Parts: sequence; C-alpha cells; structure tokens
Amino acid sequence: MRNTLILAGTIATLATSAFADAVQVDWWHAMGGTNGERVNKIADDFNASQSAYKVVPTYKGNYTETMTAAVAAFRAKEQPHLVQVFEVGTATMMAAKGAVYPIEQLMADSNEAFNKSDYLPAVISYYQTPTGELLSMPFNSSTPVMWYNKDAFDAAGAKVPTTWAEVKTAAQALVDNGMKCGVSFGWQSWVMLENYSSWHNLSLGTKENGFAGFDTEFSFNNDAVIARLDDIASMTDGNLFVYGGRRGDSLPLFTNGECGMWMNSSAYYGSIKSQAEFNFAQTMLPLDTDVASAPQNSIIGGATLWALAGHEADEYTGVAKFMTYLSSAEVQAWWHQETGYVPITTAAYDLSKTQGFYDSNPGTDTAIKQLSLNEPTPNSRGLRFGNFVQIRDVINEEMEALWAGDKSAKVALDTAVKRGNALLRKFERSAK
Amino acid sequence: MLKRVHFPSSPLPYLLVAPQIIITIIFFIWPASQAMYQSLLIEDAFGLSQEFVWFENFEYLVQDEQYLSAFWRTIFFSICVASLSMGFALLLAGFADRVVRGALAYRTMLIWPYAVAPVLAGALWMFMFNPTLGIFPYILEVIGYDWNHYLNGYQAMFLVILAAAWKQVAYNFLFYLAAMQSIPRSIVEAAAIDGAGPMRRFWTIIFPLLSPTTFFLLVVNAVYAFFDTFGIIHAVTQGGPANATTILVYKVYNDGFVGLDLGGSAAQSVILMVLVISMTVVQFRFIEKRVQY
Repeated sequence: MRNTLILAGTIATLATSAFADAVQVDWWHAMGGTNGERVNKIADDFNASQSAYKVVPTYKGNYTETMTAAVAAFRAKEQPHLVQVFEVGTATMMAAKGAVYPIEQLMADSNEAFNKSDYLPAVISYYQTPTGELLSMPFNSSTPVMWYNKDAFDAAGAKVPTTWAEVKTAAQALVDNGMKCGVSFGWQSWVMLENYSSWHNLSLGTKENGFAGFDTEFSFNNDAVIARLDDIASMTDGNLFVYGGRRGDSLPLFTNGECGMWMNSSAYYGSIKSQAEFNFAQTMLPLDTDVASAPQNSIIGGATLWALAGHEADEYTGVAKFMTYLSSAEVQAWWHQETGYVPITTAAYDLSKTQGFYDSNPGTDTAIKQLSLNEPTPNSRGLRFGNFVQIRDVINEEMEALWAGDKSAKVALDTAVKRGNALLRKFERSAK
Repeated sequence: MLKRVHFPSSPLPYLLVAPQIIITIIFFIWPASQAMYQSLLIEDAFGLSQEFVWFENFEYLVQDEQYLSAFWRTIFFSICVASLSMGFALLLAGFADRVVRGALAYRTMLIWPYAVAPVLAGALWMFMFNPTLGIFPYILEVIGYDWNHYLNGYQAMFLVILAAAWKQVAYNFLFYLAAMQSIPRSIVEAAAIDGAGPMRRFWTIIFPLLSPTTFFLLVVNAVYAFFDTFGIIHAVTQGGPANATTILVYKVYNDGFVGLDLGGSAAQSVILMVLVISMTVVQFRFIEKRVQY
C-alpha cells in the first residue's frame, strides 16, 4: 500500500507539476455515458475551484461492478476514498463497520461545517443509522412516479388518475379507445412493493424495515399488498395491465405508444423526452383508497457516495471539502436539472424554483413533492435489508409467476417472504 | 543409486520444469486451495468478519431448491448443447467428406464460427432474437408465433442452447471430418461394391469407427457446456427470466459477484471443480482404452 502510494505519488509528480502538491482523492463511480461526463465536470470544476485537493473520478462499470470492484480493492488494501454504491447495497456497506467511514463523522473529524437539516429528509433518512447519524452522502436519487401519455388520455377522454380505482377506469378507457395496453411498470419490487408500502405507510419488514437491526423479517405478505397485486394480475385480462420485463425493459411499451400509463423512476425523464413522439406528463403514484385515506411519502432509489476507511486524515479533509462543494445549491440544482435526479438539499430545490425550471418543465418536481409529502415514518423512510440484490431477484421471480397466472398473489408473496427471510438470516450470520 | 550414476545431480531438469510448476502453482493450485478454504467460511463482503463453519455452505446448497434446479438445468442444457452441436457437426462432416469441388472453401466457412468469442456469439443471437428489434421474432410474428424470451423461460433456454451449440459446431466438425478422412477408403468402397447404400455404409461402417472421436467430443462438449457458455448466457439472458437459464457456472458468478456471498459461491465452484476433475479422469481412462481399435 505504502509502496504503491509512493509510486503513484512519484508518477503524479513526474506527470503533472501543476498538481504536485495537491492531495489526491479517488472517486469510483458507476455513471456511464452522458452522466459520466457530468461526473467528470463536477470533479473538474471542484479541482479548478481550489488547488489543495484533486478529485480523480474513475468509471468502474455498472452499480454492481463498481461495488464489487470496491470490495475487492478493500480486501487488497487498495480502496478508493469514495465509492458510489446503489441503495440496495446500503445494508452490506453499513454492516462493514471497519471498512466505511460514516460521512457525518468524517465531516466532524475534518472540522467541515455540516448541517443535516439542509438536506431533504426523505433523501437522507434512507442512509441514516437508527440514531440518526448520516452514513453516506446522497448523490443521485430518484423516486417512482406515474408517467402518462397526454395525447392518448385526451383522445380517450380519460381522467388523469389519482387512485387505483381511477387507474383501472383510465386503463379501460384507453384500451376501449384502441390502445394495446392500459398500464405497465418497471423495477417492480421497488415500485409495486417497496414504494406501494411506503406510500400507504405499510411496513415491509420488522425492526423498522431493517433499520433497527439485522434480525429483521419480511412482512410484505399482508392483506393490502395481496389484494392490490391480485387486482393488478386480474387486469391482465383485456390488456388493462401488460407486464414488460424487469428494470426499465418496459420503457418501449410506453414510448412506442402501446401503454398509456407507466410507473417507474422519475429519472427516465431524459429517455422519455428523447424517445416519445407524443405529449407526456408525470403525476404522483396512485393511492389505494382501501388502504389509506392519504399518501404518506415515496422512497428513493439511486446511489450514494461512501467514504472507505484506511486513508490519511488530510485526504479525508479533501473528501469533506468535496462533499461540501457537491452539496452546494448551484452544483445540486445543475445536476438535478440536467439528469432528472432529485436535488438533495432544500436550497437546491429552492434555487431550481427561482430559476423557473419547474415553470418551463411542468411536472419535473413531482418526485420531490412525493418524497417530501410528509415527515417519513419508520415504514416510509426506506429499507435496510441485507442480501437485498438477491432478494429483489426473488421478488421479481415470484411476481413474474403471479403475472403469468402460475400463482396467486398470496402464494407468490408468501413464497417471496419465506425465500427472502432465508437470505436475511444468511446475511445476519455473515455480518457479525 | 544407479540413477545417480547415470544422471549426476544437475539443476538443469529442475530449472526446465520450474516454469510449468510455477505456473501451475500460481494459476491453479493456489486459487483452487483458496476457493476450497473460502468454501468453509461464512464471511462478509469486505472480509472483516469470518466464521469457520466446516461444510455448512455445502449443506445449504444441497438443501437449496434453487441450486438443485440449477444443477438439473445444467445437465439438461449440457445434453442439449452437446447432442445438437455434435449431431449437426456429424451431418456437415458427412457431407463435407463427400464434397470434391470447393472442399477447402466449404470447410473454411464451417470452421469460421469457432473463431468468434462467446460473448460476441451471444450478442449476435441476442440481436437476431431481440423481441422488439430482431429479425426472427418479426418472421415468427408473421406466422403467428409470439416470441419474447425476456418473459418466456422455455424460449430463453432454447435460445441459449441454440447459440451455445452453434458456437461449438465448428470445433466438432473439424474433429469429425479428420476422423472420417482417416477411415480407409477401401473399407467403404468394399461395402459399396457389396451393395450397401450411403446410409447403410454410414451407420454400419463409418459411425462405429468414429466412436472414439464421438466419445472424446462428448467429454469436450460437456465441459464446454458446463463452463465456457458463461459468456453466451451473460450476453443473451443474464440467467433470466426467473432463473430459467441460470446454469451452475452462472450461479457461481451471480452469487459471488452480484450477491457478494463469497462462501456460498466458493462452495459452488469447489463442486464444479470436482465435477470437471472427474470428467477429465473419465475421459483419460476411457480414451486410453478405446483409442486404439
């Protein structure tokens, strides 16, 4: 490690005299393509703003690959200072107590001003310990919204739905008017299970959705979820609902004009804008009036930046300075408006408002409104389950069996809970 | 003692075998022993806490429905890939053997696919069968068949078998053709004079004489289907939908690198290692006995 550092230092000195004195901060991220260029711009702008520290961003592949790379690097004692980890990896990172450096503590140790109340509660609550300490810095966060085809709604004379009953009515009207399908969605575990539960203030698992301990068990096989999923499954008759695959695979169904409604991340704004040849808009997720009289709040997806332990104090000071820069209203507002991810601070949200971004792009604040609808409850501040990457696969498999008509919602969810609990126990053992 | 007189101790032989030994130790013995040790541990992703659990990871696998179904799926997949690619290769070799004009061009074309990397082969098939962009789903739709291997596990399995078998046909073809050309013409011609037709000549003379090659290819193809098809599956289906194309080697990757369950993943790779070692042993034993007919 030391030799490598000396070697790296020597090379850096030989290569660039301009940054010879700058302390280097390595940042591994998972943002490819245009977002990768934006990440580079943030780092370049930070480096240009001061001369003491130099942030070096490196693209390490998709979220899974980036996390695996960081884990392997840590085991080889070659870890970067900062790594971008997706939200389902939170429990794994959190369990690695000696490997991560909680961001709030890092800021305090580096004497960097840090006020948690500047941040949107729904965004940072996902990444806090039960006692409220912030573990990692939110970077790119989004939440599921309901996208709809405005032209198709006008043609069918349908009303934009706010409840699930209205979703059904609208889907029927769209199909009656000749559309191939009424509604579809992607990232189904996140949208239809995790967010459905938080939206209606239902728990996904015991121990505050896993926040209060790894000895948590799933509870999402409750009557409300069963009834909702059974109802959606029954909507496959007559194509009121069409399943279009995992993650964002169903996006073409919406952008080709086959489905009139699509529930998925607000961060699809850019893709839809470039692909859809019709007027579209976004609105809040529908409310299940059988379960709750008003929505609670939705939960986020996306990734945060984790500081990894094992570096020098002055390097962490560089990390702290960079975090302050990254959270500044200007950087956040720019990032939010460019990408469709939500701003992480209220200041950035206010700045976007005063800049008139929401007036010229109506509906782009739906995600933030959903997230900050109410103060998050233990059921709605997020979830913290170990092995959740695999558990989401389990949920996907069981839900696919439900859509295919092989299982009822009760059987599918009971099986998902049983298989998920086995994975939770496995994680609990490994994370002592 | 006698040997010492004949070969006075010299470091030269040791030096000459050293590179091979070092390579074997570094690239096989060491990682394999690491995997074996890791398979006895339950540990977190970062290696901060370890618990030595003896064979618990293996016990878990034996009880795990997902693992067992992946095991049988792998057997099914391997049988399909091996029989499909060998059957086609045998057919093509049989034709190529009889071709007189343009034989070289014909052979070259048939051997070509072998030079394609598995991931590229996978990408090729993925595009041809992509439900929204591909040419085959389009044609199938015309005749009224709905193709969507993102949803239909049977279709996905069919697709990866097809892609994996296609990739291996060239290799099998090469061996079958060489074997056929080493069969003495006189035997085949004698049978022809006695009035045996091409089909009869093939089944009663050529095919039995090909049996050592067939067996050799069977082992090679089984090993190929077990291990080298990772790239194809990763490119075409990523093991989905609903694990319908998750074979053992893909599960090792998925549990280890996506799920970060290192102990369980190591246990799976130890099982795979035992499988391939036993296959190789069978191959050597059998081929040594049967190769001289």
